[in-house]
Amino acid sequence: MSSPADTPEIPPTVTDPPEPAVVTAAESRAAGTELVRFDKVTKRFGGTTVLDQLDFSVAAGKHVTLIGPSGSGKTTILRLLMTLLRPDEGTIRVDGALLTHEERNGRLVKAGDRHVREVRKKIGMVFQQFNLFPNMRVLRNVMEAPVHVLGLSKDEAEQRARDLIELVGLSEQLDKYPSQLSGGQQQRVAIARALAMRPQVLLLDEVTSALDPELVAGVLDVLRDIAHSTDITMLCVTHEMTFARDISDAVLMFDKGKIVESGPPDKIFSDPEESRTREFLSTVL
Amino acid sequence: MNWDWDVVGDYMPRFWDGVQLTLQALVLGSLIAFGLGLVWAIAQRSPYRWVRWPVSAVTEFIRSTPLLVQLFFLFYVVPEWGPSMSPLTTGIVGLGLHYSTYTAEVYRAGIGGVPQGQWEAATALSLPRVRTWLAVILPQAIRRVVPALGNYVIAMLKDSPMIAIIGALDMFGEARSFSNETFTSEAYVVVGVAFVVIAYPASVLIRLLERRLVLTS
Repeated sequence: MSSPADTPEIPPTVTDPPEPAVVTAAESRAAGTELVRFDKVTKRFGGTTVLDQLDFSVAAGKHVTLIGPSGSGKTTILRLLMTLLRPDEGTIRVDGALLTHEERNGRLVKAGDRHVREVRKKIGMVFQQFNLFPNMRVLRNVMEAPVHVLGLSKDEAEQRARDLIELVGLSEQLDKYPSQLSGGQQQRVAIARALAMRPQVLLLDEVTSALDPELVAGVLDVLRDIAHSTDITMLCVTHEMTFARDISDAVLMFDKGKIVESGPPDKIFSDPEESRTREFLSTVL
Repeated sequence: MNWDWDVVGDYMPRFWDGVQLTLQALVLGSLIAFGLGLVWAIAQRSPYRWVRWPVSAVTEFIRSTPLLVQLFFLFYVVPEWGPSMSPLTTGIVGLGLHYSTYTAEVYRAGIGGVPQGQWEAATALSLPRVRTWLAVILPQAIRRVVPALGNYVIAMLKDSPMIAIIGALDMFGEARSFSNETFTSEAYVVVGVAFVVIAYPASVLIRLLERRLVLTS
Protein backbone atom coordinates (compact mmCIF):
# COMPACT_ATOMS: atom_id res chain seq x y z
CA MET A 1 0.00 0.00 0.00
CA SER A 2 1.32 3.38 -0.84
CA SER A 3 0.16 6.61 0.53
CA PRO A 4 -0.35 9.52 -1.75
CA ALA A 5 2.83 10.99 -0.40
CA ASP A 6 4.92 8.12 -1.79
CA THR A 7 3.53 8.42 -5.26
CA PRO A 8 6.36 9.51 -7.47
CA GLU A 9 5.83 12.77 -9.13
CA ILE A 10 4.85 12.39 -12.73
CA PRO A 11 7.29 14.50 -14.65
CA PRO A 12 5.46 17.18 -16.57
CA THR A 13 5.56 16.25 -20.21
CA VAL A 14 6.07 18.97 -22.68
CA THR A 15 3.10 19.03 -24.97
CA ASP A 16 1.78 21.61 -27.32
CA PRO A 17 -1.27 23.32 -26.05
CA PRO A 18 -4.31 21.63 -27.60
CA GLU A 19 -5.15 23.21 -30.88
CA PRO A 20 -8.53 24.86 -30.75
CA ALA A 21 -10.94 23.50 -33.32
CA VAL A 22 -12.52 26.83 -33.92
CA VAL A 23 -10.06 29.60 -34.24
CA THR A 24 -10.07 33.11 -35.45
CA ALA A 25 -9.18 33.62 -39.06
CA ALA A 26 -5.83 35.25 -38.28
CA GLU A 27 -4.72 32.46 -35.97
CA SER A 28 -5.50 29.65 -38.31
CA ARG A 29 -3.92 31.34 -41.27
CA ALA A 30 -0.77 31.53 -39.21
CA ALA A 31 -1.02 27.86 -38.33
CA GLY A 32 -1.86 26.92 -41.90
CA THR A 33 -4.29 24.24 -40.82
CA GLU A 34 -7.65 25.75 -41.51
CA LEU A 35 -9.74 23.66 -43.83
CA VAL A 36 -13.02 25.50 -43.93
CA ARG A 37 -13.45 29.20 -43.58
CA PHE A 38 -16.47 31.48 -43.80
CA ASP A 39 -15.81 35.19 -44.27
CA LYS A 40 -18.72 37.55 -43.66
CA VAL A 41 -21.16 35.11 -45.21
CA THR A 42 -24.73 36.31 -45.49
CA LYS A 43 -27.61 34.24 -46.79
CA ARG A 44 -31.15 35.47 -47.14
CA PHE A 45 -34.32 33.64 -48.12
CA GLY A 46 -36.74 36.25 -49.34
CA GLY A 47 -36.80 38.87 -46.64
CA THR A 48 -35.37 36.63 -43.93
CA THR A 49 -31.70 36.75 -43.14
CA VAL A 50 -30.70 33.21 -42.29
CA LEU A 51 -26.99 33.82 -41.89
CA ASP A 52 -25.79 37.24 -40.93
CA GLN A 53 -22.18 38.21 -41.72
CA LEU A 54 -20.96 34.88 -40.43
CA ASP A 55 -17.26 34.37 -39.75
CA PHE A 56 -15.83 31.08 -38.61
CA SER A 57 -13.30 28.50 -39.52
CA VAL A 58 -12.61 24.88 -38.83
CA ALA A 59 -9.13 23.43 -38.47
CA ALA A 60 -8.18 20.29 -40.38
CA GLY A 61 -9.07 17.07 -38.62
CA LYS A 62 -11.39 18.65 -36.11
CA HIS A 63 -14.97 17.68 -35.45
CA VAL A 64 -17.29 20.58 -34.99
CA THR A 65 -20.93 20.34 -34.04
CA LEU A 66 -23.44 23.05 -34.79
CA ILE A 67 -26.34 23.30 -32.39
CA GLY A 68 -29.19 25.71 -32.01
CA PRO A 69 -32.93 26.03 -32.46
CA SER A 70 -34.41 25.13 -35.83
CA GLY A 71 -34.22 27.98 -38.28
CA SER A 72 -31.02 29.25 -36.72
CA GLY A 73 -29.04 28.64 -39.91
CA LYS A 74 -27.09 25.48 -39.02
CA THR A 75 -28.24 23.42 -41.98
CA THR A 76 -27.79 26.41 -44.27
CA ILE A 77 -24.09 26.40 -43.43
CA LEU A 78 -23.75 22.80 -44.56
CA ARG A 79 -25.78 23.45 -47.69
CA LEU A 80 -23.64 26.46 -48.57
CA LEU A 81 -20.52 24.35 -48.19
CA MET A 82 -21.99 21.62 -50.38
CA THR A 83 -22.87 24.32 -52.98
CA LEU A 84 -26.53 23.38 -52.79
CA LEU A 85 -26.97 27.07 -51.99
CA ARG A 86 -24.97 30.14 -52.96
CA PRO A 87 -24.22 32.86 -50.42
CA ASP A 88 -25.61 36.33 -51.04
CA GLU A 89 -22.52 37.97 -49.61
CA GLY A 90 -19.15 36.90 -48.34
CA THR A 91 -16.78 34.12 -49.30
CA ILE A 92 -16.25 30.50 -48.35
CA ARG A 93 -12.88 28.79 -48.55
CA VAL A 94 -12.15 25.09 -48.49
CA ASP A 95 -8.55 24.07 -47.99
CA GLY A 96 -7.49 27.55 -49.01
CA ALA A 97 -9.43 27.59 -52.28
CA LEU A 98 -12.41 29.84 -52.75
CA LEU A 99 -15.60 27.86 -53.19
CA THR A 100 -17.78 30.73 -54.21
CA HIS A 101 -15.45 32.73 -56.40
CA GLU A 102 -12.45 32.20 -58.59
CA GLU A 103 -9.69 34.41 -59.82
CA ARG A 104 -9.77 35.21 -63.49
CA ASN A 105 -7.38 37.70 -65.02
CA GLY A 106 -6.51 38.95 -61.57
CA ARG A 107 -10.13 39.66 -60.64
CA LEU A 108 -12.44 37.76 -58.37
CA VAL A 109 -15.48 36.57 -60.27
CA LYS A 110 -18.33 34.21 -59.41
CA ALA A 111 -17.01 30.66 -59.57
CA GLY A 112 -17.70 28.71 -62.74
CA ASP A 113 -19.04 25.17 -62.76
CA ARG A 114 -15.68 23.50 -63.25
CA HIS A 115 -14.02 25.42 -60.44
CA VAL A 116 -16.84 24.63 -58.02
CA ARG A 117 -16.61 20.97 -58.99
CA GLU A 118 -12.88 20.81 -58.21
CA VAL A 119 -13.19 22.42 -54.80
CA ARG A 120 -16.33 20.49 -53.96
CA LYS A 121 -14.63 17.12 -54.41
CA LYS A 122 -13.01 17.74 -51.03
CA ILE A 123 -16.41 17.73 -49.36
CA GLY A 124 -18.80 14.89 -48.70
CA MET A 125 -22.26 15.05 -47.26
CA VAL A 126 -24.71 12.74 -45.53
CA PHE A 127 -28.33 13.87 -45.61
CA GLN A 128 -31.19 13.60 -43.19
CA GLN A 129 -33.25 11.68 -45.78
CA PHE A 130 -30.31 9.46 -46.91
CA ASN A 131 -30.95 10.27 -50.59
CA LEU A 132 -29.57 6.99 -51.84
CA PHE A 133 -30.20 6.32 -55.51
CA PRO A 134 -33.20 3.95 -55.40
CA ASN A 135 -32.53 2.57 -58.86
CA MET A 136 -29.08 1.27 -57.92
CA ARG A 137 -28.05 -1.58 -55.67
CA VAL A 138 -26.02 -0.82 -52.55
CA LEU A 139 -22.69 -1.60 -54.16
CA ARG A 140 -23.36 0.60 -57.16
CA ASN A 141 -24.61 3.46 -55.01
CA VAL A 142 -21.16 3.53 -53.41
CA MET A 143 -19.21 2.90 -56.64
CA GLU A 144 -21.00 5.36 -58.90
CA ALA A 145 -19.14 8.56 -58.04
CA PRO A 146 -15.65 7.06 -57.62
CA VAL A 147 -15.95 5.63 -61.14
CA HIS A 148 -17.59 8.60 -62.84
CA VAL A 149 -16.08 11.49 -60.89
CA LEU A 150 -12.69 10.31 -59.68
CA GLY A 151 -12.12 8.13 -62.72
CA LEU A 152 -11.30 4.99 -60.76
CA SER A 153 -11.39 1.69 -62.62
CA LYS A 154 -14.38 -0.53 -61.91
CA ASP A 155 -12.18 -2.94 -59.94
CA GLU A 156 -10.60 -0.25 -57.80
CA ALA A 157 -13.95 1.38 -57.12
CA GLU A 158 -15.55 -1.94 -56.26
CA GLN A 159 -12.77 -2.81 -53.82
CA ARG A 160 -13.07 0.58 -52.18
CA ALA A 161 -16.84 0.27 -52.01
CA ARG A 162 -16.69 -3.24 -50.52
CA ASP A 163 -14.24 -2.08 -47.85
CA LEU A 164 -16.42 0.86 -46.88
CA ILE A 165 -19.61 -1.17 -46.87
CA GLU A 166 -17.84 -3.60 -44.56
CA LEU A 167 -16.79 -0.68 -42.37
CA VAL A 168 -20.42 0.30 -41.92
CA GLY A 169 -21.34 -3.33 -41.28
CA LEU A 170 -23.45 -4.08 -44.35
CA SER A 171 -21.40 -6.58 -46.31
CA GLU A 172 -24.41 -8.89 -46.42
CA GLN A 173 -26.52 -6.27 -48.19
CA LEU A 174 -24.31 -5.46 -51.20
CA ASP A 175 -26.86 -6.61 -53.75
CA LYS A 176 -29.97 -5.15 -52.15
CA TYR A 177 -31.82 -2.09 -53.35
CA PRO A 178 -32.14 0.78 -50.85
CA SER A 179 -35.88 0.15 -50.51
CA GLN A 180 -35.06 -3.31 -49.13
CA LEU A 181 -33.03 -1.83 -46.26
CA SER A 182 -34.07 -0.24 -42.99
CA GLY A 183 -33.58 3.49 -42.56
CA GLY A 184 -30.56 2.91 -40.38
CA GLN A 185 -28.98 0.63 -42.95
CA GLN A 186 -29.71 3.12 -45.71
CA GLN A 187 -28.03 5.85 -43.75
CA ARG A 188 -24.97 3.68 -43.21
CA VAL A 189 -24.78 3.09 -46.96
CA ALA A 190 -25.05 6.84 -47.45
CA ILE A 191 -22.09 7.30 -45.11
CA ALA A 192 -20.08 4.74 -47.09
CA ARG A 193 -21.08 6.48 -50.32
CA ALA A 194 -19.85 9.84 -49.04
CA LEU A 195 -16.59 8.35 -47.75
CA ALA A 196 -15.90 6.59 -51.05
CA MET A 197 -14.99 9.98 -52.49
CA ARG A 198 -12.28 10.32 -49.79
CA PRO A 199 -13.44 13.80 -48.83
CA GLN A 200 -11.41 15.94 -46.47
CA VAL A 201 -14.55 17.31 -44.88
CA LEU A 202 -17.64 15.29 -44.05
CA LEU A 203 -20.88 17.19 -43.55
CA LEU A 204 -23.53 15.45 -41.46
CA ASP A 205 -26.94 17.05 -41.71
CA GLU A 206 -29.19 15.71 -38.94
CA VAL A 207 -28.33 12.22 -40.08
CA THR A 208 -30.40 10.47 -37.41
CA SER A 209 -33.47 12.72 -37.39
CA ALA A 210 -35.41 10.62 -39.88
CA LEU A 211 -34.64 7.32 -38.16
CA ASP A 212 -36.75 5.23 -35.84
CA PRO A 213 -35.30 5.57 -32.33
CA GLU A 214 -33.98 2.00 -32.19
CA LEU A 215 -31.94 2.54 -35.37
CA VAL A 216 -30.17 5.69 -34.23
CA ALA A 217 -27.47 3.99 -32.19
CA GLY A 218 -26.16 1.88 -35.06
CA VAL A 219 -25.62 4.93 -37.25
CA LEU A 220 -24.01 6.94 -34.47
CA ASP A 221 -21.67 4.05 -33.63
CA VAL A 222 -20.44 3.99 -37.21
CA LEU A 223 -19.85 7.73 -37.13
CA ARG A 224 -18.08 7.55 -33.77
CA ASP A 225 -15.82 4.92 -35.24
CA ILE A 226 -15.00 7.09 -38.21
CA ALA A 227 -14.48 10.16 -36.05
CA HIS A 228 -12.03 8.36 -33.80
CA SER A 229 -10.18 6.26 -36.34
CA THR A 230 -9.67 8.71 -39.21
CA ASP A 231 -8.36 12.22 -39.53
CA ILE A 232 -11.39 13.41 -41.48
CA THR A 233 -12.79 16.81 -40.61
CA MET A 234 -16.43 16.72 -39.59
CA LEU A 235 -19.08 19.38 -39.54
CA CYS A 236 -22.14 18.07 -37.89
CA VAL A 237 -25.65 19.36 -37.31
CA THR A 238 -27.40 17.18 -34.79
CA HIS A 239 -29.87 17.03 -31.97
CA GLU A 240 -28.07 14.06 -30.42
CA MET A 241 -26.29 15.92 -27.67
CA THR A 242 -24.59 12.85 -26.21
CA PHE A 243 -23.13 12.06 -29.59
CA ALA A 244 -22.07 15.67 -30.06
CA ARG A 245 -20.31 15.55 -26.72
CA ASP A 246 -18.55 12.30 -27.65
CA ILE A 247 -17.10 13.25 -30.96
CA SER A 248 -16.80 17.02 -30.98
CA ASP A 249 -13.70 19.08 -30.48
CA ALA A 250 -15.86 22.16 -30.51
CA VAL A 251 -19.50 23.10 -30.38
CA LEU A 252 -20.97 26.19 -31.99
CA MET A 253 -24.23 27.49 -30.63
CA PHE A 254 -26.29 29.30 -33.27
CA ASP A 255 -29.24 31.58 -33.00
CA LYS A 256 -30.79 33.84 -35.61
CA GLY A 257 -27.95 33.38 -38.06
CA LYS A 258 -25.16 34.24 -35.67
CA ILE A 259 -22.82 32.28 -33.45
CA VAL A 260 -23.97 32.90 -29.90
CA GLU A 261 -21.24 30.95 -28.23
CA SER A 262 -18.52 28.47 -29.06
CA GLY A 263 -16.16 26.27 -27.14
CA PRO A 264 -15.25 22.71 -26.21
CA PRO A 265 -18.28 20.46 -25.64
CA ASP A 266 -17.70 20.07 -21.91
CA LYS A 267 -17.79 23.79 -21.48
CA ILE A 268 -20.82 24.39 -23.70
CA PHE A 269 -22.89 21.55 -22.32
CA SER A 270 -21.94 21.88 -18.65
CA ASP A 271 -21.23 25.52 -18.14
CA PRO A 272 -22.41 27.73 -20.99
CA GLU A 273 -21.74 31.44 -20.75
CA GLU A 274 -24.79 32.67 -22.59
CA SER A 275 -28.32 32.52 -21.32
CA ARG A 276 -29.52 31.75 -24.86
CA THR A 277 -27.39 28.60 -24.89
CA ARG A 278 -28.66 27.53 -21.47
CA GLU A 279 -32.21 28.07 -22.60
CA PHE A 280 -31.70 26.00 -25.73
CA LEU A 281 -29.93 23.17 -23.92
CA SER A 282 -32.65 22.96 -21.33
CA THR A 283 -35.13 22.23 -24.10
CA VAL A 284 -33.13 19.44 -25.70
CA LEU A 285 -31.22 17.73 -22.88
CA MET B 1 -77.46 -2.71 -95.07
CA ASN B 2 -76.80 -6.08 -96.59
CA TRP B 3 -73.76 -7.65 -95.06
CA ASP B 4 -71.69 -9.55 -97.62
CA TRP B 5 -68.85 -11.76 -96.40
CA ASP B 6 -67.49 -11.95 -99.95
CA VAL B 7 -66.83 -8.24 -99.89
CA VAL B 8 -64.95 -8.69 -96.63
CA GLY B 9 -62.92 -11.46 -98.25
CA ASP B 10 -62.09 -9.24 -101.24
CA TYR B 11 -60.97 -6.47 -98.94
CA MET B 12 -58.69 -8.66 -96.80
CA PRO B 13 -55.44 -8.40 -98.84
CA ARG B 14 -55.62 -4.63 -98.79
CA PHE B 15 -56.67 -4.68 -95.16
CA TRP B 16 -53.43 -6.45 -94.22
CA ASP B 17 -51.46 -3.88 -96.21
CA GLY B 18 -53.25 -1.21 -94.23
CA VAL B 19 -52.58 -2.90 -90.89
CA GLN B 20 -48.92 -3.10 -91.77
CA LEU B 21 -48.76 0.58 -92.58
CA THR B 22 -50.73 1.56 -89.48
CA LEU B 23 -48.39 -0.42 -87.23
CA GLN B 24 -45.36 0.98 -89.02
CA ALA B 25 -46.59 4.54 -88.54
CA LEU B 26 -47.47 3.79 -84.92
CA VAL B 27 -44.12 2.22 -83.98
CA LEU B 28 -41.94 4.79 -85.74
CA GLY B 29 -44.18 7.67 -84.69
CA SER B 30 -43.97 6.50 -81.08
CA LEU B 31 -40.20 6.27 -81.23
CA ILE B 32 -40.02 9.87 -82.46
CA ALA B 33 -42.53 10.98 -79.83
CA PHE B 34 -40.62 9.23 -77.03
CA GLY B 35 -37.21 10.51 -78.14
CA LEU B 36 -38.12 14.04 -79.11
CA GLY B 37 -40.42 14.47 -76.10
CA LEU B 38 -37.51 13.66 -73.84
CA VAL B 39 -35.37 16.23 -75.61
CA TRP B 40 -38.08 18.87 -75.13
CA ALA B 41 -38.50 17.98 -71.46
CA ILE B 42 -34.79 18.15 -70.69
CA ALA B 43 -34.38 21.35 -72.68
CA GLN B 44 -37.14 22.94 -70.63
CA ARG B 45 -35.05 22.38 -67.51
CA SER B 46 -32.02 24.00 -69.07
CA PRO B 47 -30.39 26.69 -66.95
CA TYR B 48 -30.36 28.91 -70.06
CA ARG B 49 -33.38 30.98 -70.92
CA TRP B 50 -32.43 31.04 -74.61
CA VAL B 51 -32.92 27.26 -74.66
CA ARG B 52 -36.03 27.07 -72.50
CA TRP B 53 -37.97 29.86 -74.13
CA PRO B 54 -37.95 28.72 -77.79
CA VAL B 55 -38.65 25.12 -76.80
CA SER B 56 -41.65 26.17 -74.73
CA ALA B 57 -42.91 28.34 -77.59
CA VAL B 58 -42.57 25.59 -80.21
CA THR B 59 -44.15 22.85 -78.10
CA GLU B 60 -46.97 25.12 -76.99
CA PHE B 61 -47.61 26.06 -80.62
CA ILE B 62 -47.68 22.46 -81.81
CA ARG B 63 -49.96 21.44 -78.98
CA SER B 64 -52.44 24.20 -79.76
CA THR B 65 -52.84 23.41 -83.45
CA PRO B 66 -54.71 20.40 -84.88
CA LEU B 67 -52.78 17.37 -86.05
CA LEU B 68 -54.69 17.45 -89.33
CA VAL B 69 -53.48 20.98 -90.09
CA GLN B 70 -49.94 19.99 -89.17
CA LEU B 71 -50.06 17.03 -91.56
CA PHE B 72 -51.24 19.27 -94.40
CA PHE B 73 -48.55 21.78 -93.54
CA LEU B 74 -45.82 19.13 -93.54
CA PHE B 75 -47.04 17.59 -96.78
CA TYR B 76 -47.94 20.63 -98.87
CA VAL B 77 -46.13 23.65 -97.40
CA VAL B 78 -42.79 22.35 -96.16
CA PRO B 79 -41.73 20.95 -99.57
CA GLU B 80 -42.04 24.50 -101.01
CA TRP B 81 -38.81 25.43 -99.25
CA GLY B 82 -37.64 22.26 -97.63
CA PRO B 83 -37.46 18.52 -98.09
CA SER B 84 -40.41 16.74 -99.58
CA MET B 85 -41.29 13.45 -97.98
CA SER B 86 -43.42 10.49 -98.97
CA PRO B 87 -46.94 10.38 -97.50
CA LEU B 88 -45.93 7.69 -95.02
CA THR B 89 -42.80 9.52 -93.88
CA THR B 90 -44.78 12.72 -93.55
CA GLY B 91 -47.39 10.87 -91.52
CA ILE B 92 -44.78 9.37 -89.21
CA VAL B 93 -43.01 12.69 -88.70
CA GLY B 94 -46.35 14.44 -88.18
CA LEU B 95 -47.62 11.96 -85.61
CA GLY B 96 -44.24 11.80 -83.85
CA LEU B 97 -43.81 15.57 -83.71
CA HIS B 98 -47.37 16.19 -82.56
CA TYR B 99 -47.26 13.59 -79.82
CA SER B 100 -43.75 14.55 -78.72
CA THR B 101 -45.23 17.74 -77.29
CA TYR B 102 -47.53 15.63 -75.14
CA THR B 103 -44.92 13.10 -74.08
CA ALA B 104 -42.74 16.09 -73.17
CA GLU B 105 -45.33 17.03 -70.55
CA VAL B 106 -45.41 13.45 -69.31
CA TYR B 107 -41.64 13.35 -68.94
CA ARG B 108 -41.70 16.76 -67.32
CA ALA B 109 -44.07 15.49 -64.65
CA GLY B 110 -41.93 12.39 -64.21
CA ILE B 111 -38.74 14.41 -63.84
CA GLY B 112 -40.47 16.82 -61.48
CA GLY B 113 -41.55 13.83 -59.39
CA VAL B 114 -37.97 12.77 -58.69
CA PRO B 115 -37.27 14.07 -55.16
CA GLN B 116 -35.05 17.13 -54.85
CA GLY B 117 -32.80 15.05 -52.60
CA GLN B 118 -31.70 12.99 -55.61
CA TRP B 119 -30.36 16.09 -57.34
CA GLU B 120 -28.71 17.16 -54.12
CA ALA B 121 -27.05 13.78 -53.63
CA ALA B 122 -25.77 13.93 -57.20
CA THR B 123 -24.37 17.40 -56.56
CA ALA B 124 -22.81 16.32 -53.28
CA LEU B 125 -21.03 13.53 -55.15
CA SER B 126 -20.06 15.95 -57.94
CA LEU B 127 -21.59 13.64 -60.53
CA PRO B 128 -21.31 15.26 -63.97
CA ARG B 129 -24.54 16.68 -65.36
CA VAL B 130 -24.94 14.10 -68.09
CA ARG B 131 -24.27 11.26 -65.66
CA THR B 132 -26.81 12.69 -63.22
CA TRP B 133 -29.47 12.65 -65.94
CA LEU B 134 -28.62 9.23 -67.35
CA ALA B 135 -27.89 7.27 -64.19
CA VAL B 136 -29.99 8.95 -61.52
CA ILE B 137 -32.85 11.13 -62.77
CA LEU B 138 -34.11 9.52 -65.97
CA PRO B 139 -34.25 5.92 -64.73
CA GLN B 140 -36.47 7.08 -61.87
CA ALA B 141 -38.51 9.52 -63.94
CA ILE B 142 -39.20 7.22 -66.89
CA ARG B 143 -40.18 4.33 -64.66
CA ARG B 144 -43.07 6.28 -63.27
CA VAL B 145 -44.29 7.60 -66.62
CA VAL B 146 -44.28 4.39 -68.67
CA PRO B 147 -48.06 3.89 -68.26
CA ALA B 148 -48.78 7.50 -69.26
CA LEU B 149 -46.56 7.11 -72.32
CA GLY B 150 -48.43 3.95 -73.22
CA ASN B 151 -51.70 5.82 -73.12
CA TYR B 152 -50.35 8.25 -75.69
CA VAL B 153 -49.43 5.35 -77.97
CA ILE B 154 -53.08 4.30 -77.89
CA ALA B 155 -54.16 7.88 -78.53
CA MET B 156 -51.77 7.98 -81.46
CA LEU B 157 -53.22 4.76 -82.82
CA LYS B 158 -56.64 6.38 -82.79
CA ASP B 159 -55.32 9.48 -84.55
CA SER B 160 -53.41 7.49 -87.14
CA PRO B 161 -56.25 7.40 -89.74
CA MET B 162 -55.60 11.11 -90.29
CA ILE B 163 -52.50 10.26 -92.29
CA ALA B 164 -54.82 8.78 -94.93
CA ILE B 165 -55.76 12.37 -95.79
CA ILE B 166 -52.29 13.00 -97.19
CA GLY B 167 -52.31 9.69 -99.05
CA ALA B 168 -50.67 7.25 -96.66
CA LEU B 169 -52.93 4.24 -96.92
CA ASP B 170 -53.31 2.89 -93.41
CA MET B 171 -56.12 0.52 -92.38
CA PHE B 172 -58.63 3.29 -92.72
CA GLY B 173 -57.19 4.69 -95.95
CA GLU B 174 -57.32 1.26 -97.57
CA ALA B 175 -60.89 0.80 -96.38
CA ARG B 176 -61.91 4.15 -97.78
CA SER B 177 -60.42 3.61 -101.21
CA PHE B 178 -61.72 0.04 -101.36
CA SER B 179 -65.22 1.14 -100.40
CA ASN B 180 -65.20 3.99 -102.89
CA GLU B 181 -64.12 1.66 -105.68
CA THR B 182 -66.63 -1.10 -104.88
CA PHE B 183 -69.54 0.97 -103.57
CA THR B 184 -69.57 -1.14 -100.39
CA SER B 185 -69.18 -0.32 -96.69
CA GLU B 186 -68.14 -3.60 -95.05
CA ALA B 187 -64.49 -2.54 -95.02
CA TYR B 188 -65.24 0.30 -92.57
CA VAL B 189 -66.71 -2.16 -90.11
CA VAL B 190 -63.68 -4.42 -90.43
CA VAL B 191 -61.42 -1.46 -89.69
CA GLY B 192 -63.51 -0.38 -86.73
CA VAL B 193 -63.26 -3.85 -85.25
CA ALA B 194 -59.54 -3.93 -85.97
CA PHE B 195 -59.01 -0.74 -83.95
CA VAL B 196 -60.76 -2.29 -80.97
CA VAL B 197 -58.82 -5.52 -81.36
CA ILE B 198 -55.53 -3.61 -81.23
CA ALA B 199 -56.40 -0.86 -78.76
CA TYR B 200 -58.22 -2.81 -76.06
CA PRO B 201 -55.54 -5.43 -75.34
CA ALA B 202 -52.97 -2.62 -75.45
CA SER B 203 -54.79 -0.69 -72.75
CA VAL B 204 -55.08 -3.84 -70.63
CA LEU B 205 -51.35 -4.38 -71.07
CA ILE B 206 -50.65 -0.83 -69.93
CA ARG B 207 -52.79 -1.29 -66.85
CA LEU B 208 -50.90 -4.47 -65.96
CA LEU B 209 -47.60 -2.68 -66.51
CA GLU B 210 -48.76 0.17 -64.31
CA ARG B 211 -49.68 -2.16 -61.48
CA ARG B 212 -46.34 -3.95 -61.78
CA LEU B 213 -44.36 -0.73 -61.75
CA VAL B 214 -46.27 0.65 -58.81
CA LEU B 215 -45.86 -2.57 -56.87
CA THR B 216 -42.14 -2.86 -57.39
CA SER B 217 -41.23 0.76 -56.80
